[in-house]
Amino acid sequence: MTAVEPPSWTGRSLPRVEDPSILRGHGRYVADVASQDRCWYAKFVRSSIAAGRIVGITAPPGVRIYTAADLDGVGEIVASLARPDFVTTSQPILARDVVRFVGEPVAMVLAETEAEAEDALERVVVEIEPLPAVLSVADATADQARLVHDVDFPGDPNTVVDGRIHTPGFDEVFAAAAHRVSVQVGSARQSAMPLEARASHAAYDPATGRTTLHVTTQMPHVIRTGLADVLGIREDDLRVIAPDVGGGFGAKMALAREDVMVVHAARRLRRNIAWIETREENFMAAWHSREQVYDVEGAFTEDGDLLAVRADLRCDVGAYSCYPVTYGVEPLMAMAELTGPYAVREYSVRSRAVLSNKCPIAPYRGVSRPVQVLAMERLMDVAARQLDIDPVDLRMRNLVHEFPHRIPSGLVLDNASHRQTLAVAAEMADVADFRRRQRAARGEGRLLGIGFSSFAERTGYGTPAFAARSAPFELKPSAVADVITPGFERVVLAMDSSAGVTVRIGASPHGQGLRTALAQVISDELGVSPGEVRVIHSDTDATPYGWGSFASRAMVLAGGASMLAARELAGRLRTLASSRLGGLPGDIDLSDGEARHRETGESVPLFVLARDTYHSSHLIPDKGEPALEATATYDPSGTFANACHVAEVEVDPATGAVAVTRFLVAEDAGRLVNPAIVDGQIQGGVVQGIANALFEELIYDDRGVLVTTSLMDYLPPTLHEVPDIEIAHLETTSPQSVTGAKGVGEGGTIGAPAAIANAVSDALGHLGIAVDHIPATPHRLRTAIRSAQAAQAADKTDRETAS
Amino acid sequence: MSQTVPVRLYVNGDRHDIDIEPRRTLADALRDDCGLTGTHLGCEHGVCGACTILVDGKPVRACLMFAVQAEGTSIRTVEGLAPDDQQLHPVQRAFWEKHGLQCGFCTPGFLMLVAGQLEEKPETDEEEMRDVLSSNLCRCTGYQNILKASMAAAEEMSG
Ligand code: FES
Ligand code: FES
Repeated sequence: MTAVEPPSWTGRSLPRVEDPSILRGHGRYVADVASQDRCWYAKFVRSSIAAGRIVGITAPPGVRIYTAADLDGVGEIVASLARPDFVTTSQPILARDVVRFVGEPVAMVLAETEAEAEDALERVVVEIEPLPAVLSVADATADQARLVHDVDFPGDPNTVVDGRIHTPGFDEVFAAAAHRVSVQVGSARQSAMPLEARASHAAYDPATGRTTLHVTTQMPHVIRTGLADVLGIREDDLRVIAPDVGGGFGAKMALAREDVMVVHAARRLRRNIAWIETREENFMAAWHSREQVYDVEGAFTEDGDLLAVRADLRCDVGAYSCYPVTYGVEPLMAMAELTGPYAVREYSVRSRAVLSNKCPIAPYRGVSRPVQVLAMERLMDVAARQLDIDPVDLRMRNLVHEFPHRIPSGLVLDNASHRQTLAVAAEMADVADFRRRQRAARGEGRLLGIGFSSFAERTGYGTPAFAARSAPFELKPSAVADVITPGFERVVLAMDSSAGVTVRIGASPHGQGLRTALAQVISDELGVSPGEVRVIHSDTDATPYGWGSFASRAMVLAGGASMLAARELAGRLRTLASSRLGGLPGDIDLSDGEARHRETGESVPLFVLARDTYHSSHLIPDKGEPALEATATYDPSGTFANACHVAEVEVDPATGAVAVTRFLVAEDAGRLVNPAIVDGQIQGGVVQGIANALFEELIYDDRGVLVTTSLMDYLPPTLHEVPDIEIAHLETTSPQSVTGAKGVGEGGTIGAPAAIANAVSDALGHLGIAVDHIPATPHRLRTAIRSAQAAQAADKTDRETAS
Repeated sequence: MSQTVPVRLYVNGDRHDIDIEPRRTLADALRDDCGLTGTHLGCEHGVCGACTILVDGKPVRACLMFAVQAEGTSIRTVEGLAPDDQQLHPVQRAFWEKHGLQCGFCTPGFLMLVAGQLEEKPETDEEEMRDVLSSNLCRCTGYQNILKASMAAAEEMSG
């Protein structure tokens, strides 16, 4: 940087503008809105049976109860894709005649206080005649399987997505390959488990007839559309606000049936109604994810080049399709992205979503990618062993290093640094030194292991990427499309008559610090300081339509749109300044709240230009608009962040417990707008990945009853389970992002499980134990270690007897 | 409506005379009856620690205590941590400077936990601080910066 260049706000770890109010206890979450209102409370009667027919619902007099029979005029939630293999089902707001999972809402009760609503809940009796529950992919797809939904399945029973790709050269290359290496990997069901469970508060305004819904959502605009469609009302009759939201991680981006009921009741009764979800309900009914099993086979040359990948991917998606992204979200992502950063030429994949009588799935941070990366990175380690090549060398050899690079599913990898991040990570890890420590520890009976995980994180994708999930379709002349195609982000930027800047965005942050980061980007363009930029979000009355915050997209898309709008506004300010200072707009620099002529050094405060615009509009030389506004949309096809994770672990052979002793991240998220925020995203993500690998698991019993319904059974890590996380940054920019930033929200969660699975497998390799299914809980590892030790002992006895 | 009892609570130096059902938890009473919504509820079964407050200087899970049990005690919540509108408590400041929060839902609980610890034992070392912090859950931060912030506050408060 030269001395004349103005200092850049971008790239600095500014403390967040979001924090002071939260630190003082003045955050405003949905439950806080309800707490300070004399609203009624809703509670939901939920099915305790996984599959069955509702025989009767009875409540004593005095209990205000709603059942499906009271929902005249209310539609159902339908989330569909235009694909020939896609089977559409529909989600009633309250179970109608049948129940399909434990936790499904069957009825709603209302009372004047939350405690009384809980009392009322206890008094409702639901009689359900059980049916055999469909609880596994094998059961669901067997001949004569009972159907979770009574619809036509053109392919296998209960199979709602059945995607396939088979590249023309696959058969030949696969058959001819020198080595074939196969792995089967899988993940247990998981909960995103935001610390704030779901909540909603609907306030009916008799003056306007409108209802304002405060709700824990990541996408207020889309939720409003969904609510209006289901309730058959004008979208403008609703205002949806996401106030402070206590974490989402994907679990708050689906339209909740409970929210439909809360809005419906508020409108009917013309009163304010709140619903505050309990943790138990959150585990049972607030969306699950990642119950997947992948069989993956790689074809390698003698030298270790991965030529072709064959895969069969199965996702247990539960009982319903989440709105708007559908139950295709896991299998379709896995099918498109499985081969990741590796230069695979040929690809044959079948990827399925299969229904079950369990809680429906929705995205959770990384969606399918943690399992995709687990598959590819286990494949690399197993192949390295089989081919006797160093695992780092094998990865290095196969990582894509020329860009753009089209992978066999058709996605294009843009500028990235796969080899460099691996090299940086390997250097930080110092594998040779680790092997020495490992050997020394082994001598003392201690089991250490190291594991690598290289991956690409697809981020910041707009409409083009979402459109690719459906087959191409034409709009019918007068009907809406059956499919929702998310993608763009739009911002409206304005400078007021005192030169204060506001930006209204369609994205909807919930903890990411986006207000701070966008203010930094905008400040650099306008020459103001971030404290002067106010970001307005998460209120459908105050912001342009947008898709919200998910899929590591907000910084790329809302950031890109903000930068484009700010450039346009900066252009206008330069024009105004040049008419006062002389010269051309191109001679004007904006910095420190002033417009300055680069040659003469003369300057005019932006405040003066703002007052000119609004208060002396008759004097504006070019007769321009009496406004300082710019609107911009950003809708790129997407970019890829990339990273390499390394885990070191120690396994206690007596208990099976794994201690993660070291965790390294070499990350390339493009240009860092606020490095502290980026590191925070990585650290939080890695810990969720550690949880996925070692601790967290939603368990159903053999009747389909969820067993893990409290934080005593479902075990998110505390600080005790978490090592220090060391992070190194590379900053490769891409033409796919105008700000240069790539998304970073999901990467930690995506890469960590594979690194840990590889590390534990390394620690236990001498016993023939590999971790392919996660979580590797102490119980599972202890059992595997004991049986391996017993087998080795028996082996030894046999040999001794034989000799 | 079930029977209510009068309860007098002293919170952040203010007196609150409220009429509540005996089954009302202290967390609900603080939030709904005293209007102090900074104390959050993440589980209502004593695990997450989002509801941590100080009762007579000791960290307590407000979801596990009945409001009637708090009669006659001195209660501190996150709203009472900062000395005034202009300044923050050292623990709050450290959490801000070290990026110790993301969504902020766990934050009041962590702030009270750490403030309680450091006001009693400002010279708390990192190992002990790790133990203390392990009693609460955060889903966003991965704890790295919570630990850094807590140690920065310890340094300031013991210095
Ligand atoms: S809400 Fe009290 S411990 Fe979780
Ligand atoms: S900051 Fe979100 S739970 Fe801790």
